[in-house]
Amino acid sequence: MKLLTIETTCDETAAAVITDDLKVLSSVVASQDALHKRFGGVVPEIASRAHVERILPVIDEALRKANTKLSDLDAVAVANTPGLAGSLLIGLTAAKTICVAANLPLLAVNHLQAHVYACRIASGRDVFPCIGMVVSGGHSNLYRCDGPTDFTPIGGTIDDAAGEAFDKVASLLGLPYPGGPSIERAARTGDPRRHRFPRPLLDDPEHLNFSFSGLKTAVRYLVSGPGKIEDVKPAACKLSPQDIADLAASFQEAVIDCLVGKAELALQNTGYRTLCVGGGVAANGRFRTRLEDSAKLNRYELHVPPLALCTDNAVMGAIAVERLRAGLFEDLSLDISPVPERAAKR
Amino acid sequence: MSTFTANDKHDTDRLGAALANALPPGTVIALIGTLGAGKTRLVQAVAAAVGVPRAEVTSPTFVLVNEYTSGRLPIYHFDTYRLKDDDEFLNLGPDEYFDSNGLTFVEWADRVADVLPAARIEITIEVTGETSREFHVAATSPQLESIVTKIHSLAV
Repeated sequence: MKLLTIETTCDETAAAVITDDLKVLSSVVASQDALHKRFGGVVPEIASRAHVERILPVIDEALRKANTKLSDLDAVAVANTPGLAGSLLIGLTAAKTICVAANLPLLAVNHLQAHVYACRIASGRDVFPCIGMVVSGGHSNLYRCDGPTDFTPIGGTIDDAAGEAFDKVASLLGLPYPGGPSIERAARTGDPRRHRFPRPLLDDPEHLNFSFSGLKTAVRYLVSGPGKIEDVKPAACKLSPQDIADLAASFQEAVIDCLVGKAELALQNTGYRTLCVGGGVAANGRFRTRLEDSAKLNRYELHVPPLALCTDNAVMGAIAVERLRAGLFEDLSLDISPVPERAAKR
Repeated sequence: MSTFTANDKHDTDRLGAALANALPPGTVIALIGTLGAGKTRLVQAVAAAVGVPRAEVTSPTFVLVNEYTSGRLPIYHFDTYRLKDDDEFLNLGPDEYFDSNGLTFVEWADRVADVLPAARIEITIEVTGETSREFHVAATSPQLESIVTKIHSLAV
């Protein structure tokens, strides 16, 4: 069986053709990074407009590379949650249209669960049950994953997402967008111990939550001190390259301490022995190293997909294969749901 | 204009409660302040005061607008940090929120000031220390002056 998967939750317009035994026949990702670089972030109107322009060529290209016709497909899967409303709608509308035109069943993909499932695809074997961790520009979430169609949110950020903190701190330090790679690059020559930034909520054993807003504030305070600043860049100019490297390294270490610490706590609380990490922040080399160290020390199995499967892509939409097997089809009234589900209150 | 000094987060909570009590439904509140000034933190304080769990109020930078409807008053929370110009803001359909009977907060409001309602509350946040902030609360129209006075008497 063959599935077409579509992903338009944020920056990337992506489509892939995948078999029900998770063989990737094609994967096409049109990134809008070049457009967004000019504005320092995700710009929704541009995102929507670019998705409209790219969605059909991207789908065509995915089918062509897979040497597959619409009539060869067995189902269409689309990420309908969470994400930017305008962007989600374009993917969903494209998917529904193909379903109607080619008389195919429709499957829904939860973008965040798909990020965790990227570990299943990359490893080539079962990873469940596991703790799933998704860290990106818009999300920082922890899941208890009892099976590929059984995800329970158990924690998340209570203010900024980890990737958002990277972007904003990069901007405070005068480093270019996207902030993740910029901070990582600057941090390589920096001393992570020069500044002791707060590790918010890390010592709270009750909750699996993150808070990165205060960390961002701490960097801002160190960079420019009190008072109003109209534009943060001149303040950053007063910093030497070594200052910036030390700030970047100290900040990065604080974020990673929180992420790794809460992942360990989630494993401990559930007794699960497998951690699956996804999302753009999982592309951070220092984060990967720290996770590997933690896995060795605490004797759990760690899965972090290769870079191309960490950032947004349609291949991870193969999680829909599991819904197909379970008979969890959608009808054409399927709607978008921009807001992610949250952990139940404790 | 009224100035409120917050020495810590508890003071910010007090201002949040004062805003929740004094602001009539349908008010648009422009938030102005640098990265890390505490714009989202203030919205969390208002949300908590109307009964929305604080942890549900997260930064709208990525999603551009968050809606919190589980309290006694709906709260709408915009963030224009990533937007390029007024047009992109208008494409989000802010008028529907401005005309609603909730409280609409707009972070980085100075970037879209031209397309905000003429009558609004403006709160400028100044970082005065690591945990201390100065909140300058102002009304842009005479009708809203009495509300600023009320906020002041409740918060101070």
